[in-house]
Amino acid sequence: MASSIRVRATANGDITEVQTLIQHPMDTGLVKDAKGEAIPAHFIQQLKFECNGKDVFVADWGTAVSKDPYVKFSFKGAKKGDELKISWTDNKGGSDTITAKIA
Amino acid sequence: MTTTTGPHPTRRLILQGAASVALLGLGNLPFAAAPALAAANDKYPEEAFKLKNEADAIKALYGRTAEPSDKIKLDAPEIAENGGVVPISVTVTLDKVTSISFFVAENPNALAASYRIPEGTLPAIANRLKMAKTTNVTAIVEADGKLYSATKEVKVTVGGCGG
Repeated sequence: MASSIRVRATANGDITEVQTLIQHPMDTGLVKDAKGEAIPAHFIQQLKFECNGKDVFVADWGTAVSKDPYVKFSFKGAKKGDELKISWTDNKGGSDTITAKIA
Repeated sequence: MTTTTGPHPTRRLILQGAASVALLGLGNLPFAAAPALAAANDKYPEEAFKLKNEADAIKALYGRTAEPSDKIKLDAPEIAENGGVVPISVTVTLDKVTSISFFVAENPNALAASYRIPEGTLPAIANRLKMAKTTNVTAIVEADGKLYSATKEVKVTVGGCGG
């Protein structure tokens, strides 16, 4: 299965910019379906970025993060070719992980 | 073969490098203590996300109140046509930023997202949030042990709750 995580990490000098797009419904639990039944909450709770054995960015999310979440941040200390590991876990115990090379 | 610290190395394991390597060397000794500690360190703030009121959520997350700062640049559209996807970004020019969180005052639960900024990561984030209706959006920044805030109003023409 294709990964739910799409990532672009680009090093420019000492600074690496990371843009991430994840496919996830991010259901709030407040929306009703066509039959009037509530769609249960289903959302990513934690998203973590690791590079060279160190956490470089940790996101804790609630239901107010948009469907198919996007996040952008930058960090120092990595170079082209280093590996960036991205992983998320959701409130139903789902998870996904990907490793991207910094370009 | 080089020594590795298992399939999911954590900071704590690396800090305790010598100990973990020794344990791994001995085979399948249980060392549940180290991962448990690391998990506690990176705990998801479940309670703060459940609170409805913004002030309560800030208190639950940080345990104190914030003062406004002009060193936080909060970028949000003045009018959002679709409350389901509102691009919000923040850039901070304070030193020693350790955490940035976004609160949407009029949402059913005020806390939207909370980000931990380890040393070496720049205090600038862009993301997309849902907004139920026209609301104030607040960015709370923890820097050098102090709490700062910036607020901006976003007018929402179609709410993001799909109702």
